[in-house]
Amino acid sequence: MPHDHHDHLSPSGHPYRPDDDHPLTYWQQMEIAVRELLIEKGVTSAAEINAQIDAMDARSPSNGASVVAKAWTDPAFRDALLADASAATRDMGFDIGPMKLIALENTSDVHNVVVCTLCSCYPRNLLGLPPDWYKSRAYRSRTVKEPRKVLAEFGVDLPATTQVRVHDSTADMRYVVIPARPSGTDGWDAGKLATLVTRDSMIGTGLAKAPDIT
Amino acid sequence: MTKDSQTFDGRRWHDMGGDAAGRIRTDQHDFSLWEKRVDALMILASAKGHFTVDGLRRVLEDMGPEAFETMTYYERWIASVNQNLIESGVYSTAELAQRMSEVAARGATYGEANK
Repeated sequence: MPHDHHDHLSPSGHPYRPDDDHPLTYWQQMEIAVRELLIEKGVTSAAEINAQIDAMDARSPSNGASVVAKAWTDPAFRDALLADASAATRDMGFDIGPMKLIALENTSDVHNVVVCTLCSCYPRNLLGLPPDWYKSRAYRSRTVKEPRKVLAEFGVDLPATTQVRVHDSTADMRYVVIPARPSGTDGWDAGKLATLVTRDSMIGTGLAKAPDIT
Repeated sequence: MTKDSQTFDGRRWHDMGGDAAGRIRTDQHDFSLWEKRVDALMILASAKGHFTVDGLRRVLEDMGPEAFETMTYYERWIASVNQNLIESGVYSTAELAQRMSEVAARGATYGEANK
Protein backbone atom coordinates (compact mmCIF):
# COMPACT_ATOMS: atom_id res chain seq x y z
CA MET A 1 0.00 0.00 0.00
CA PRO A 2 1.44 3.35 -0.96
CA HIS A 3 0.18 5.07 2.16
CA ASP A 4 1.82 2.81 4.66
CA HIS A 5 4.11 5.31 6.33
CA HIS A 6 5.03 2.80 8.99
CA ASP A 7 8.56 4.06 9.11
CA HIS A 8 7.38 7.66 9.59
CA LEU A 9 5.40 7.56 12.79
CA SER A 10 4.60 10.65 14.80
CA PRO A 11 5.41 10.75 18.53
CA SER A 12 1.81 9.61 19.18
CA GLY A 13 2.42 6.53 17.06
CA HIS A 14 0.26 7.63 14.12
CA PRO A 15 1.59 8.10 10.62
CA TYR A 16 2.10 11.63 9.38
CA ARG A 17 -0.46 12.51 6.72
CA PRO A 18 -0.18 15.02 3.91
CA ASP A 19 -1.92 18.35 4.34
CA ASP A 20 -3.55 20.62 1.76
CA ASP A 21 -0.31 22.47 1.05
CA HIS A 22 1.31 19.45 -0.61
CA PRO A 23 1.50 19.29 -4.41
CA LEU A 24 -1.85 18.98 -6.13
CA THR A 25 -2.50 15.39 -7.18
CA TYR A 26 -4.21 14.27 -10.36
CA TRP A 27 -7.19 12.98 -8.38
CA GLN A 28 -7.55 16.18 -6.36
CA GLN A 29 -7.48 18.06 -9.65
CA MET A 30 -10.32 15.79 -10.83
CA GLU A 31 -12.33 16.38 -7.63
CA ILE A 32 -12.14 20.15 -8.07
CA ALA A 33 -13.11 19.88 -11.75
CA VAL A 34 -16.03 17.51 -11.09
CA ARG A 35 -17.30 19.66 -8.22
CA GLU A 36 -17.19 22.84 -10.31
CA LEU A 37 -18.93 21.18 -13.26
CA LEU A 38 -21.68 19.80 -11.00
CA ILE A 39 -22.26 23.28 -9.57
CA GLU A 40 -22.27 24.93 -13.00
CA LYS A 41 -24.68 22.35 -14.40
CA GLY A 42 -27.04 23.01 -11.51
CA VAL A 43 -26.76 19.48 -10.09
CA THR A 44 -25.71 20.83 -6.73
CA SER A 45 -24.37 23.97 -5.08
CA ALA A 46 -21.37 24.87 -2.96
CA ALA A 47 -23.69 25.40 0.00
CA GLU A 48 -25.28 22.00 -0.45
CA ILE A 49 -21.87 20.31 -0.60
CA ASN A 50 -20.79 22.09 2.58
CA ALA A 51 -24.03 21.10 4.30
CA GLN A 52 -23.52 17.48 3.28
CA ILE A 53 -19.97 17.52 4.69
CA ASP A 54 -21.25 19.07 7.93
CA ALA A 55 -23.97 16.43 8.20
CA MET A 56 -21.46 13.61 7.75
CA ASP A 57 -19.01 15.19 10.20
CA ALA A 58 -21.80 15.39 12.76
CA ARG A 59 -22.41 11.64 12.62
CA SER A 60 -20.25 9.71 15.04
CA PRO A 61 -20.18 6.54 17.12
CA SER A 62 -21.77 8.55 19.95
CA ASN A 63 -25.05 8.34 17.99
CA GLY A 64 -24.84 4.57 18.04
CA ALA A 65 -23.81 4.61 21.71
CA SER A 66 -27.02 6.39 22.64
CA VAL A 67 -29.02 3.80 20.68
CA VAL A 68 -27.26 0.95 22.48
CA ALA A 69 -27.69 2.56 25.91
CA LYS A 70 -31.40 3.05 25.25
CA ALA A 71 -31.70 -0.61 24.24
CA TRP A 72 -30.01 -1.60 27.50
CA THR A 73 -32.38 0.46 29.64
CA ASP A 74 -35.69 0.35 27.74
CA PRO A 75 -36.98 -3.17 26.98
CA ALA A 76 -39.71 -1.91 24.66
CA PHE A 77 -37.14 0.05 22.65
CA ARG A 78 -34.83 -2.97 22.58
CA ASP A 79 -37.63 -5.07 21.08
CA ALA A 80 -38.43 -2.37 18.53
CA LEU A 81 -34.75 -2.02 17.63
CA LEU A 82 -34.34 -5.74 17.02
CA ALA A 83 -37.56 -5.81 14.98
CA ASP A 84 -36.72 -2.80 12.76
CA ALA A 85 -33.55 -0.86 13.52
CA SER A 86 -34.17 1.65 10.73
CA ALA A 87 -37.51 2.69 12.21
CA ALA A 88 -36.32 2.58 15.83
CA THR A 89 -33.29 4.79 15.21
CA ARG A 90 -35.36 7.18 13.08
CA ASP A 91 -37.75 7.46 16.01
CA MET A 92 -34.78 8.59 18.11
CA GLY A 93 -34.24 11.41 15.62
CA PHE A 94 -31.34 10.03 13.58
CA ASP A 95 -31.37 10.72 9.85
CA ILE A 96 -30.38 7.30 8.61
CA GLY A 97 -31.72 7.77 5.10
CA PRO A 98 -32.99 4.89 2.97
CA MET A 99 -30.52 2.46 4.50
CA LYS A 100 -31.93 -0.77 5.92
CA LEU A 101 -30.37 -1.13 9.34
CA ILE A 102 -30.34 -4.39 11.27
CA ALA A 103 -29.40 -4.56 14.95
CA LEU A 104 -27.60 -7.67 16.22
CA GLU A 105 -27.69 -8.33 19.93
CA ASN A 106 -24.71 -9.88 21.68
CA THR A 107 -25.58 -12.20 24.55
CA SER A 108 -23.64 -14.39 26.95
CA ASP A 109 -23.72 -17.12 24.27
CA VAL A 110 -23.47 -15.22 20.98
CA HIS A 111 -21.02 -12.63 19.71
CA ASN A 112 -21.74 -10.82 16.42
CA VAL A 113 -19.18 -9.19 14.17
CA VAL A 114 -19.79 -7.19 10.99
CA VAL A 115 -17.77 -7.01 7.78
CA CYS A 116 -18.31 -6.08 4.15
CA THR A 117 -16.31 -8.55 2.08
CA LEU A 118 -17.30 -7.07 -1.29
CA CYS A 119 -16.69 -3.39 -0.62
CA SER A 120 -16.95 -1.22 2.50
CA CYS A 121 -20.64 -1.02 3.40
CA TYR A 122 -21.02 0.39 6.90
CA PRO A 123 -23.84 1.99 8.91
CA ARG A 124 -22.34 5.39 8.06
CA ASN A 125 -25.59 7.28 8.51
CA LEU A 126 -25.64 6.26 12.16
CA LEU A 127 -21.95 5.88 13.11
CA GLY A 128 -20.20 8.19 10.63
CA LEU A 129 -17.53 7.10 8.16
CA PRO A 130 -15.89 3.72 8.74
CA PRO A 131 -12.39 3.31 10.17
CA ASP A 132 -9.66 2.70 7.60
CA TRP A 133 -9.12 -0.89 8.73
CA TYR A 134 -12.75 -1.78 8.02
CA LYS A 135 -12.04 -1.08 4.33
CA SER A 136 -8.75 -2.99 4.26
CA ARG A 137 -8.08 -6.16 2.31
CA ALA A 138 -6.96 -7.93 5.48
CA TYR A 139 -10.19 -7.28 7.41
CA ARG A 140 -12.48 -7.93 4.44
CA SER A 141 -10.72 -11.18 3.53
CA ARG A 142 -10.08 -12.80 6.88
CA THR A 143 -13.10 -11.97 9.03
CA VAL A 144 -15.39 -14.51 7.36
CA LYS A 145 -12.71 -17.20 7.42
CA GLU A 146 -11.04 -16.89 10.80
CA PRO A 147 -13.16 -14.53 12.91
CA ARG A 148 -11.73 -15.64 16.24
CA LYS A 149 -8.18 -14.88 15.10
CA VAL A 150 -9.29 -11.51 13.79
CA LEU A 151 -11.09 -10.73 17.05
CA ALA A 152 -8.02 -11.76 19.02
CA GLU A 153 -5.96 -9.23 17.05
CA PHE A 154 -8.41 -6.59 18.25
CA GLY A 155 -7.95 -7.83 21.81
CA VAL A 156 -11.24 -9.72 21.98
CA ASP A 157 -10.64 -13.25 23.24
CA LEU A 158 -13.91 -15.14 23.46
CA PRO A 159 -14.51 -18.40 25.31
CA ALA A 160 -14.77 -21.40 23.00
CA THR A 161 -18.35 -21.79 24.17
CA THR A 162 -19.33 -18.40 22.70
CA GLN A 163 -20.81 -18.72 19.24
CA VAL A 164 -19.37 -16.20 16.78
CA ARG A 165 -21.70 -14.97 14.03
CA VAL A 166 -20.17 -13.03 11.15
CA HIS A 167 -22.50 -10.77 9.16
CA ASP A 168 -21.54 -9.72 5.63
CA SER A 169 -23.06 -6.34 4.77
CA THR A 170 -24.46 -5.33 1.42
CA ALA A 171 -24.95 -1.99 -0.26
CA ASP A 172 -28.59 -1.98 0.82
CA MET A 173 -28.34 -3.60 4.24
CA ARG A 174 -26.12 -2.51 7.13
CA TYR A 175 -25.62 -3.92 10.59
CA VAL A 176 -24.99 -2.46 14.02
CA VAL A 177 -24.02 -4.67 16.94
CA ILE A 178 -25.62 -4.14 20.34
CA PRO A 179 -22.79 -5.20 22.65
CA ALA A 180 -23.56 -7.01 25.88
CA ARG A 181 -24.16 -4.66 28.79
CA PRO A 182 -21.16 -4.77 31.13
CA SER A 183 -21.69 -6.14 34.61
CA GLY A 184 -21.42 -3.73 37.49
CA THR A 185 -23.65 -1.15 35.82
CA ASP A 186 -26.91 -1.81 37.64
CA GLY A 187 -28.83 1.37 38.17
CA TRP A 188 -26.84 3.37 35.62
CA ASP A 189 -28.86 5.70 33.44
CA ALA A 190 -28.64 5.68 29.65
CA GLY A 191 -26.38 8.72 29.49
CA LYS A 192 -23.78 7.14 31.75
CA LEU A 193 -24.06 3.76 30.03
CA ALA A 194 -23.46 5.35 26.62
CA THR A 195 -19.95 6.32 27.73
CA LEU A 196 -19.08 2.61 27.82
CA VAL A 197 -20.10 1.97 24.20
CA THR A 198 -17.22 2.18 21.73
CA ARG A 199 -17.27 2.25 17.93
CA ASP A 200 -15.57 -1.13 17.76
CA SER A 201 -18.10 -2.66 20.15
CA MET A 202 -20.82 -1.74 17.62
CA ILE A 203 -18.85 -3.37 14.76
CA GLY A 204 -18.18 -6.41 16.92
CA THR A 205 -14.39 -6.06 17.03
CA GLY A 206 -14.62 -4.80 20.59
CA LEU A 207 -16.65 -5.16 23.75
CA ALA A 208 -18.34 -2.43 25.73
CA LYS A 209 -15.94 -1.00 28.30
CA ALA A 210 -16.03 -2.27 31.85
CA PRO A 211 -17.13 0.41 34.31
CA ASP A 212 -13.93 0.29 36.38
CA ILE A 213 -11.68 1.37 33.52
CA THR A 214 -13.62 4.42 32.37
CA MET B 1 -2.50 -10.79 -4.33
CA THR B 2 -4.15 -10.94 -7.76
CA LYS B 3 -5.98 -14.08 -8.64
CA ASP B 4 -4.24 -16.36 -11.09
CA SER B 5 -6.24 -16.34 -14.30
CA GLN B 6 -5.22 -19.95 -14.90
CA THR B 7 -7.10 -21.03 -11.81
CA PHE B 8 -9.96 -18.53 -11.89
CA ASP B 9 -12.48 -19.76 -9.37
CA GLY B 10 -15.49 -17.78 -10.57
CA ARG B 11 -15.00 -14.87 -8.20
CA ARG B 12 -13.76 -11.45 -9.25
CA TRP B 13 -10.90 -9.80 -7.36
CA HIS B 14 -13.11 -7.67 -5.15
CA ASP B 15 -14.94 -10.75 -3.85
CA MET B 16 -12.17 -11.28 -1.32
CA GLY B 17 -14.05 -12.86 1.59
CA GLY B 18 -12.11 -15.92 2.75
CA ASP B 19 -8.86 -15.08 0.97
CA ALA B 20 -5.61 -15.33 2.89
CA ALA B 21 -4.31 -11.93 3.96
CA GLY B 22 -1.94 -10.43 6.47
CA ARG B 23 -2.38 -8.82 9.83
CA ILE B 24 -5.02 -6.08 10.11
CA ARG B 25 -3.36 -2.70 10.51
CA THR B 26 -5.35 -0.24 12.55
CA ASP B 27 -3.55 2.98 11.60
CA GLN B 28 -6.15 5.68 11.16
CA HIS B 29 -6.00 8.97 9.28
CA ASP B 30 -8.29 11.97 9.58
CA PHE B 31 -10.20 12.59 6.37
CA SER B 32 -8.96 15.67 4.56
CA LEU B 33 -11.29 18.23 3.03
CA TRP B 34 -10.87 16.94 -0.51
CA GLU B 35 -11.81 13.43 0.65
CA LYS B 36 -14.92 14.72 2.42
CA ARG B 37 -15.85 16.57 -0.75
CA VAL B 38 -15.60 13.38 -2.81
CA ASP B 39 -17.86 11.66 -0.31
CA ALA B 40 -20.35 14.53 -0.47
CA LEU B 41 -20.34 14.58 -4.30
CA MET B 42 -21.10 10.86 -4.38
CA ILE B 43 -23.99 11.22 -1.93
CA LEU B 44 -25.47 14.29 -3.64
CA ALA B 45 -25.11 13.15 -7.26
CA SER B 46 -26.61 9.75 -6.47
CA ALA B 47 -29.40 11.27 -4.36
CA LYS B 48 -30.32 13.38 -7.38
CA GLY B 49 -30.57 10.33 -9.57
CA HIS B 50 -27.44 10.65 -11.73
CA PHE B 51 -26.14 7.25 -10.72
CA THR B 52 -26.60 4.57 -8.09
CA VAL B 53 -24.38 2.91 -5.52
CA ASP B 54 -24.33 -0.06 -7.90
CA GLY B 55 -22.87 2.19 -10.59
CA LEU B 56 -20.26 3.42 -8.14
CA ARG B 57 -19.30 -0.14 -7.30
CA ARG B 58 -19.29 -1.34 -10.91
CA VAL B 59 -16.56 1.13 -11.84
CA LEU B 60 -14.60 0.48 -8.64
CA GLU B 61 -14.66 -3.25 -9.30
CA ASP B 62 -13.73 -2.82 -12.97
CA MET B 63 -10.61 -0.88 -11.90
CA GLY B 64 -9.13 -4.19 -10.82
CA PRO B 65 -6.91 -5.22 -7.96
CA GLU B 66 -3.98 -3.00 -8.92
CA ALA B 67 -6.00 0.17 -8.34
CA PHE B 68 -7.02 -1.18 -4.94
CA GLU B 69 -3.35 -1.38 -3.97
CA THR B 70 -2.04 1.78 -5.61
CA MET B 71 -4.84 4.34 -5.17
CA THR B 72 -6.36 5.58 -1.94
CA TYR B 73 -10.02 4.99 -1.14
CA TYR B 74 -11.24 8.43 -2.20
CA GLU B 75 -8.98 8.50 -5.24
CA ARG B 76 -10.85 5.42 -6.44
CA TRP B 77 -14.15 7.02 -5.50
CA ILE B 78 -13.60 10.25 -7.48
CA ALA B 79 -12.53 8.19 -10.49
CA SER B 80 -15.76 6.20 -10.24
CA VAL B 81 -17.98 9.21 -9.55
CA ASN B 82 -16.49 10.92 -12.60
CA GLN B 83 -16.96 7.89 -14.85
CA ASN B 84 -20.59 7.56 -13.78
CA LEU B 85 -21.33 11.24 -14.34
CA ILE B 86 -19.85 11.14 -17.85
CA GLU B 87 -21.86 8.02 -18.65
CA SER B 88 -25.07 9.63 -17.44
CA GLY B 89 -24.37 12.69 -19.60
CA VAL B 90 -23.97 15.30 -16.86
CA TYR B 91 -20.83 16.56 -18.63
CA SER B 92 -18.56 15.33 -21.39
CA THR B 93 -15.03 13.98 -21.34
CA ALA B 94 -13.95 17.11 -23.21
CA GLU B 95 -15.50 19.38 -20.57
CA LEU B 96 -13.72 17.44 -17.84
CA ALA B 97 -10.34 17.61 -19.61
CA GLN B 98 -10.72 21.35 -20.21
CA ARG B 99 -11.64 21.99 -16.59
CA MET B 100 -8.86 19.83 -15.18
CA SER B 101 -6.34 21.81 -17.24
CA GLU B 102 -7.73 25.05 -15.89
CA VAL B 103 -7.57 23.73 -12.34
CA ALA B 104 -3.95 22.63 -12.72
CA ALA B 105 -3.01 26.04 -14.10
CA ARG B 106 -4.28 27.84 -11.01
CA GLY B 107 -1.57 26.67 -8.66
CA ALA B 108 0.63 23.88 -7.41
CA THR B 109 -1.32 22.95 -4.28
CA TYR B 110 -4.88 21.84 -3.58
CA GLY B 111 -5.54 25.06 -1.71
CA GLU B 112 -4.33 27.24 -4.59
CA ALA B 113 -6.18 25.21 -7.24
CA ASN B 114 -9.53 25.90 -5.59
CA LYS B 115 -11.03 29.08 -6.96
